[in-house]
Amino acid sequence: MNTVGLLKKGARDLAWFIKGVMGEDAYDKYRAHHESRHACDAGETPPVMTEREFWRDQTDRQDTNPQGRCC
Amino acid sequence: MGATPRTPNDSMGEAGVLDRDPALLPVALDQTTHDAEEAHWTPAKVAIWGGISLLGGLSWVMLAVVRGETVNAIWFVFAAVCTYLIGYRFYSNYIQKHLLKPDDRRATPAEYKADGKDYAATDRRVLFGHHFAAIAGAGPLVGPVLAAQMGYLPGTIWIIVGVVLAGAVQDYLVLFFSMRRGGRSLGQMARDELGKVGGTAALVATMAIMVIIVAILALVVVNALAASPWGVFSVSMTIPIALFMGCYLRFFRPGKVSEISIIGFVLLLAAIIGGGMISSTEWGAAFFHVDPVPLAIGIIVYGFVAAILPVWLLLAPRDYLSTFMKIGTIGMLAIAIIVVRPEISAPAFSEFTANGGPVVSGSLFPFLFVTIACGALSGFHALIASGTTPKLIEKERQTRFIGYGGMLMESFVAIMALVAALSIDRGIYFAMNSSPALTGGTVEGAVAFVNSLGLTGVNLTPDMLTQTAKDVGEATIVSRTGGAPTLSVGLAHIMQQVAGGSGMMAFWYHFAIMFEALFILTAVDAGTRVARFMLQDSLGNVFPKFKNTSWRAGAWLTTGIMVLAWGAVLMMGVTDPLGGINTLFPLFGIANQLLAAIALAVCMAIVAKRGMFKYLWIVAMPLAFAAVVTISASFLKIFSTIPAVGYFAQNRAFSEALAAGETSFGTAKTVAAMEAVVRNTMVQGVLSILFVVLAIIVMVTAIQATWRSWKSRDFGTSEDPAVGSQMFAPSGFLPTAAEKELGASWDAQARLEKSARSARSATRNRS
Repeated sequence: MNTVGLLKKGARDLAWFIKGVMGEDAYDKYRAHHESRHACDAGETPPVMTEREFWRDQTDRQDTNPQGRCC
Repeated sequence: MGATPRTPNDSMGEAGVLDRDPALLPVALDQTTHDAEEAHWTPAKVAIWGGISLLGGLSWVMLAVVRGETVNAIWFVFAAVCTYLIGYRFYSNYIQKHLLKPDDRRATPAEYKADGKDYAATDRRVLFGHHFAAIAGAGPLVGPVLAAQMGYLPGTIWIIVGVVLAGAVQDYLVLFFSMRRGGRSLGQMARDELGKVGGTAALVATMAIMVIIVAILALVVVNALAASPWGVFSVSMTIPIALFMGCYLRFFRPGKVSEISIIGFVLLLAAIIGGGMISSTEWGAAFFHVDPVPLAIGIIVYGFVAAILPVWLLLAPRDYLSTFMKIGTIGMLAIAIIVVRPEISAPAFSEFTANGGPVVSGSLFPFLFVTIACGALSGFHALIASGTTPKLIEKERQTRFIGYGGMLMESFVAIMALVAALSIDRGIYFAMNSSPALTGGTVEGAVAFVNSLGLTGVNLTPDMLTQTAKDVGEATIVSRTGGAPTLSVGLAHIMQQVAGGSGMMAFWYHFAIMFEALFILTAVDAGTRVARFMLQDSLGNVFPKFKNTSWRAGAWLTTGIMVLAWGAVLMMGVTDPLGGINTLFPLFGIANQLLAAIALAVCMAIVAKRGMFKYLWIVAMPLAFAAVVTISASFLKIFSTIPAVGYFAQNRAFSEALAAGETSFGTAKTVAAMEAVVRNTMVQGVLSILFVVLAIIVMVTAIQATWRSWKSRDFGTSEDPAVGSQMFAPSGFLPTAAEKELGASWDAQARLEKSARSARSATRNRS
């Protein structure tokens, strides 16, 4: 791989890492989970939340299940 | 895939469950493969580890033995990093091999309970960042600054050795045990292992400790912002910024977390720069100049409102901002310390090791070990390690990298904070960290006080204090206790050598203040919420209605109770005639270490129940140390006859003075102030008694449970039943050769399946 290719890969990996740590990939993970669970099911698959619904649901769940932050 | 269980107690009746069809790809490497890889010492590996050991050894010699005029900060970095690497490679591996025996054939909760939301397998490197962001806060930044009073060596040794043998062990064990129990919390594990009495004591202690920790963190913010218009402006701007971010994510672009964090970060920088402009105007300086008491009231009101607002509006966006700032600033500071390599002129052991000094009262033992809690051993981490992280972990063996490794990172943050505090002039350090009761809060008073301490090599002039204050854009730096301002001066001092020169010092100072305030406000808000749910849960046992957490009135009432509890302690600290931080900070450290003792006690009972007495010392050693430190510190705080150390001795001294009709005593200049001291010391003393009694109950029940396991030889486990895993992932940061090979086979299989799936759907579409 040439230098430009390496730099591009580095930038991509960094973006992937930051998105992961910040939790931005939560919806993609949810979708992937949903698809893999219901990929082989015959017939109806349960409805999947849209992106907007998912993020609302996520913060609303935190309302009833708070997580401490450390000192 | 060996079907034989590796521990007799672990896999009772599970062997069948974990057997996997040999035709399928294996989900784990055989233990013998791991052992063989580990035992294979290539010349390159020998050279690398030899080099690490030599460099580590040399650094310790430079720190501990060589006595020059100054010592370079780079030796702290090398000593820490080399010791961490050796501790991680050898000690945590030993714990993994002999005590925990993770089994990657077992599915983790993220796999067998997967719901795509709370339980979701997360890449180990991402989860490491995630876990680190959750455990690292203001604690490791503040404690080491205060402990710098005793010289550089005691704090350095405790931070580095303590984390390897105690702090990281605790985090690793709690994470592993919680993961084996479907992500159960520390409180639930305490109930399971220690029974009703121990479990209840652990729960009450956790709640009380949460209150005290939130209160003292809030006190640190008040001390950093009081009478600082610049700081007040920029930190209060974080609230509208967070509200804006929350609305953006809710209504405009849901899920664009990095995007809004970058926008928020730019706004934050604008708030810092704007703060500088506004504080230089006459009206700005007057309007944003807030005294400690109104500021404390403001934070109490803020805490209440923030804890009842929906998470999406304030907590979640500020959490993103705080994570972003945390990882960025800590990385930046690490690079800056390596680039600047400041010379440190503080002595290895200062004049204050035997009897304490103006910053922290009491002798090195036990008070060093409670002043530096986070960074060496922090009980609070047990709540995180038994919270979100165990529900996200992919494979059992990854607990070592995330639990043990994550804590090593936090310890490194503590070392950097210590270096930053030590890099500033010692005279300035003592002028900033001695309470206003000692310095009178004036430049002249501070100069007179610090020079009267008779410290070798310290000659403070009024000019040094006024110039530093001017450089960092503050009216004064005298008696800015609490650690945050000192750290910020240190950070500004280091950063300006990398970027901006002395003209940028004021910016860096307020950047650092903002950085700390941001974590602390998030911790205050999240801590209040967690404590409220704990209270609701406990009250629910008596009044079932409280169990319904969506009952608005109940939520408001319990939030109000928790806020009043920490608010009262905060007010006590703010108005304390003796200084506040120096009387309350030991309580913070003791509380945190007692929580660590509770967590380790639960771990000890679990290890005993598994029947692994041969390796019980791995838990018993840090537990014994934490117990000795905290119990002796508590006893000194309760029974010491020296007023500066003992709460009740202080109480008696002031009561007697009041009874004798005196109108001023020591640093309390009025009768009202004397009465405040009597009241505060009584509350502090009673809290000390409460903590130590609860912790002793937990430890005694844990010892009983351990003894029962030993006597009855009736071993078992409260783990969830084993479920076979269906996936593979490497365990450490970098995959080993064998892991790489197996991972490649899994990748190839995934590609095959994918193309088969698309072929199938293509046929379906055609028909």
